[in-house]
Amino acid sequence: MDYFLQLFLSGLTRGSIYALIALGYTMVYGIIQLINFAHGEIYMIGAFTALIVASVLGIMGFSGLSILILAGIAAVIYSSAYGYTMEKIAYRPLRNAPRLSPLISAIGMSIFLQNYVLLAQTSDFLPFPALIPEFEFIKPVSHIMSSAELVIILSSAVIMVLLTLFIKFTRMGKAMRATAQDKKMALLVGIDVDKVISMTFIIGSSLAALGGILIASHIGQINFYIGFIAGIKAFTAAVLGGIGSIPGAVLGALILGWTESFATGYVSSDYEDVFAFALLVLILIFRPAGILGKSTAQKV
Amino acid sequence: MKKFLTFLLVMVSAVFLMTACSQKAEEKAAEAPAENATEAAAPAASTEPIKIGVAGAHSGDLASYGLPTVNAVKLYVDEVNKNGGIDGRQVELYIEDDVCKPEVATNTASKLVSDKVVAVIGHICSGATKAALGIYKDANILVISPSATNPALTQSGEYPNFLRTIAPDDAQARLEVDFALNTLNIKKFAVLHDKGDYGKGLAEFAKSFLDNSSVEGVSVVLYEGVTPGAVDYSAVVQKIARSGAEAVIFGGYHPEASKIVTQMRKKQINIPFISDDGVKDDTFIKVAGEFAEGVYATGPRDTSTNPLNIKAVEEHKAAFQADPGAFFINGYSAAMAILNAIDKADSTDYEAVSKALRTEYVETPLGSISFDERGDAIGVGFSMYQVQNGAYVELK
Repeated sequence: MDYFLQLFLSGLTRGSIYALIALGYTMVYGIIQLINFAHGEIYMIGAFTALIVASVLGIMGFSGLSILILAGIAAVIYSSAYGYTMEKIAYRPLRNAPRLSPLISAIGMSIFLQNYVLLAQTSDFLPFPALIPEFEFIKPVSHIMSSAELVIILSSAVIMVLLTLFIKFTRMGKAMRATAQDKKMALLVGIDVDKVISMTFIIGSSLAALGGILIASHIGQINFYIGFIAGIKAFTAAVLGGIGSIPGAVLGALILGWTESFATGYVSSDYEDVFAFALLVLILIFRPAGILGKSTAQKV
Repeated sequence: MKKFLTFLLVMVSAVFLMTACSQKAEEKAAEAPAENATEAAAPAASTEPIKIGVAGAHSGDLASYGLPTVNAVKLYVDEVNKNGGIDGRQVELYIEDDVCKPEVATNTASKLVSDKVVAVIGHICSGATKAALGIYKDANILVISPSATNPALTQSGEYPNFLRTIAPDDAQARLEVDFALNTLNIKKFAVLHDKGDYGKGLAEFAKSFLDNSSVEGVSVVLYEGVTPGAVDYSAVVQKIARSGAEAVIFGGYHPEASKIVTQMRKKQINIPFISDDGVKDDTFIKVAGEFAEGVYATGPRDTSTNPLNIKAVEEHKAAFQADPGAFFINGYSAAMAILNAIDKADSTDYEAVSKALRTEYVETPLGSISFDERGDAIGVGFSMYQVQNGAYVELK
């Protein structure tokens, strides 16, 4: 039973991280039907920003928790700036172009950002300080769960609740939902669609940056390439849950995390990815729109 | 359209012409030193010169692995020739490029066979070496490679004419297993790898050595490949804890190793972690930080304080104004071993030289070496290192 719980929690941790990144994919897709392949790179840039800020603050003598908060804020601001700029220069000019053009632009952006960080920083793995405070649980729990895992799960949950509230109850949230439903009508009723799209990128990037800083301080290392695999997995999670749907992204991410964790635990880590992608194929066969996705008739 | 096609044809043929020319020029350049050596040798030699072939990647993307050996052999042979040669005979080099491609290597081998060389130093890559070995075997030519580490080359027993001055891939796994069994007295192992050629190969060797171990009660309780670059390894780490393993043997490189070690230590799994020279890297210590402490890793035996090693490196610096590259020391030692064996055998007869290589010890930059029946160098190999106070320390 202990073992099952451990795997369950490690799947939950992994799933929470995937969810934070997957939300960015799903929100952007929901609003402009673009799969933003450069989203994983935003996560990576978030982690790098946090590393640089944390090192500087560490030298200046700040203590654990204040570093985490300040580095988190810096990562969010910096990554949002990247997300915003990326949308402006790579996607906005192509908004009325055929759907493939912005997709290729996204892939180009991803390669560009990877190489930019590679040149500006280094190709080596860099140690990432353990920013999440360590504390010991009482004996029976301590070997099942570490403090870092608890912090990751809880903070992801809080972030997701805040996001849901934001989308449900604020004016901007309402505008986002309207734009997602019908861009042209939203424009006609006076919604600034450009602003809404920028906002979507900013929110998605902030979430990815938070995911980056949480996972980096959990596993303790980063390099310029971490965004690629995390991005692919989060994208898979978003598709699994139904791309475009926010609860779907979270559900898909958790299912993916648990699948990987249980496959590793009970079968073999050799088959971790095999199980994850076999699940994706199965779900897409029976529910082509994903678990919570709505299949709508395409206008031709 | 027709015009365009003609144009294309002309362009393509022009390109071919150019490459052909430049290839010829390169060949000439490569042969030049050998010709010089012949001229220098001609007046002094009372008997025929000893012909030695040097084969390997001297151009293409793997040239950086082959050229240091050419430099090493040239440096050593120049010195031998200056001192009067071997038994009064000068040494003559035939340098041939195989670009590390098996199909080119067979041509290279045929060329050297027709040149009637006594022995070949090379080839560099395991694949090219294997392709060429059959041809040398039929012609009774000894081959001594500075860098081909594929275990089957010596262990299959197919090539009695093959020797090497580098330890084969399985030597590391052997050392890891022996160390864990004899020094650490461990019985239950978790063997992990990164699914790559190198890491998985090592892990497979380690597993088979453990399975066939004569020590009682030894078992491999977990054997798995982890996904390189995965976001998190905590599920694998849980599995290690559950399997009851007393040590982890990991085949692979440092990014995965540091992640696994970090997560193990955070989960209070304080069993020994034993790995390979992909992990014996300072980046590992930098990334894993305090968690790296106590980790074992095998790495090539440190011979940088050997006086012959220092001398060879200084000669290289004096001659080429640069640090020697990969396998320079192994190439230098190969040249020393083969010329020493010819000297001791007092002939260039295949059987006699082969016997001398396997019976006589020779002082080289790698230490005092000889060769075992299969052709692997005795005295060349790996040492166990451990991270102590933030640095790898060689365990004696």
